Amino acid sequence: MAEIPTNLTANPPVNAEPVEMLLNMGPQHPSTHGVFRMVLWVDGEKIVDVEPHIGYLHRGSEKLCEGEQYHQVITLFDRLDYVANFNNELVYCQAVEKLMGLEVPERAEYVRVILCELNRIASHLLYVGTIGLDAGAMTPTMFAFRGRERIQSVFEAVSGARMMHNYFRIGGIKEDLPDNFEQLIAELLPLLREDVEESDRILTFNEIFLTRLKDVGTISAEEAIDFGFTGPCLRGCGIEYDVRKAQPYSIYDRFDFDIPIGLDGDCWDRHWVRVREMYESLKIIEQALEQMPGGEVVSSLGRRLIRPPAGEVYMRAENPRGEIGVHLISNGTDRPYRLKVRPPSFCNLSAIRRLLTDSWIADSVVILGSLDIVLGEVDR
Amino acid sequence: MLNSVKGMMLTLASTFQGLRKPVTREYPKAPTPVQPRFMGFPALTWDNDVGEPFCTGCMVCIRNCPTQCMSASMMDNPLQQEGQSHRRKIVDYFEINLNRCILCGICVEVCNFDAIVMSHEHEMSTYERNGDRVALPALLEIGQKYQRETNWIPPTVLAKAKKDAEDATKAAEEAKAETAAAVQEAD
Ligand code: SF4
Ligand code: SF4
Repeated sequence: MAEIPTNLTANPPVNAEPVEMLLNMGPQHPSTHGVFRMVLWVDGEKIVDVEPHIGYLHRGSEKLCEGEQYHQVITLFDRLDYVANFNNELVYCQAVEKLMGLEVPERAEYVRVILCELNRIASHLLYVGTIGLDAGAMTPTMFAFRGRERIQSVFEAVSGARMMHNYFRIGGIKEDLPDNFEQLIAELLPLLREDVEESDRILTFNEIFLTRLKDVGTISAEEAIDFGFTGPCLRGCGIEYDVRKAQPYSIYDRFDFDIPIGLDGDCWDRHWVRVREMYESLKIIEQALEQMPGGEVVSSLGRRLIRPPAGEVYMRAENPRGEIGVHLISNGTDRPYRLKVRPPSFCNLSAIRRLLTDSWIADSVVILGSLDIVLGEVDR
Repeated sequence: MLNSVKGMMLTLASTFQGLRKPVTREYPKAPTPVQPRFMGFPALTWDNDVGEPFCTGCMVCIRNCPTQCMSASMMDNPLQQEGQSHRRKIVDYFEINLNRCILCGICVEVCNFDAIVMSHEHEMSTYERNGDRVALPALLEIGQKYQRETNWIPPTVLAKAKKDAEDATKAAEEAKAETAAAVQEAD
């Protein structure tokens, strides 16, 4: 009978040959947040190299936009980042409005901001739930999804759909808020604050969670900028950059809110930035509800066919994941000539090789989760 | 080890704090209520006054549909020839491929005749591969169900009523102002 070794230590025996193994993670791996595939070269538990494979969800959205009329493109933007639909609709509508020099009714702007910020909270709640799962906690997922569900019910009451709203229009919104909206949101906000606080309390300073996330996937501010990081991932590195403040679009300059930043640029900082962002969003919503004027919401264009003048425009906005940009070229017809999207998830994902190399396999899931990618937007 | 215990305690504490009524529903057994604006499958409406569909088969919705999931054709309206209806043309054939439809609601927005609605129907499973290609009679059936359940009033009628009311209040106000001015003058 072979003797059982008793002197097991963390370090491998010195004479052990390093064996490089190839580990396929995804595209159906549950923690890749969609259909994303990583080929990991591992040496024991250590990751030596990573090769990300994207494109499993490629639908050719940008090309499809060229074949759709301007008002139909909104439906495609709903499906880019399918966790933050309102934010996507907003940036596209604003790009076309900028090109046409169109004024948006005051009330419509407020409705847009309220819905976008609600959507930001919904998206971050989803993130909190999934990062909990990635780190091995099941409970926060349930709490976070309960809050998300509440937001989606309000979305359903407002736009008729829980996710693919198609509610914003070029130059306004589709129709005014429902009559019981005030009551709905008055019921929602306290509950939502509770939900956010609860998922924050249970996760953020939890010892296990801290151990799993602190000093994991660290990236310096310079490197983050080189990789084109935006959104909470960049702010996690300590850089105070938010398009809502840096280049206020819509009516964001009218609200008083802070930009939460992290310190070290590790997974936990990215998490903490997102959690505090939810409180800021709640603040914005409350202010917007207070200031919201009455009046018209639908576009002054009516139902005329939208034909922007020939020209080029670039519009950017702050998505829950970072800066989303739309580069739109029009040749004066009723369909875009070319439309290019700068997806925040894609740019954040581009650092995956740098982040994963020399980390442990068990951490790869957390690092990927902390980037909070949405594959619908990465692959388009 | 100690850290894990601390973390578990936190979870446990939160669980007890969070003890409350379940928010989930046993969905297939208990139906989930939908909001009034909910956008289910598109369906065609029925004009109960005349006894024919609202739809004239004008194809505006078909040209505006982002997924090209509908088709239709029109014919001369026999009821109009008999003098019962004001619609000269009426839908002859209409089909929506509900598998392809993305429930965007654009068709409802562009229709000039209140003929199409987003019904509250959202569960549909069929045995055939093309079972979700729904033709005119079935569409009208879904639409009529929706009309019954929500006491549907055509949106143009609603808009007109609203505008009339506004005009009336405006006229009343003007009249009031005039009388007030007249009274002032008399003073
Ligand atoms: S539903 Fe409306 S838009 Fe479509 S064909 Fe019928 S009348 Fe025309
Ligand atoms: S809801 Fe949208 S996709 Fe469906 S039939 Fe109407 S326009 Fe087409």
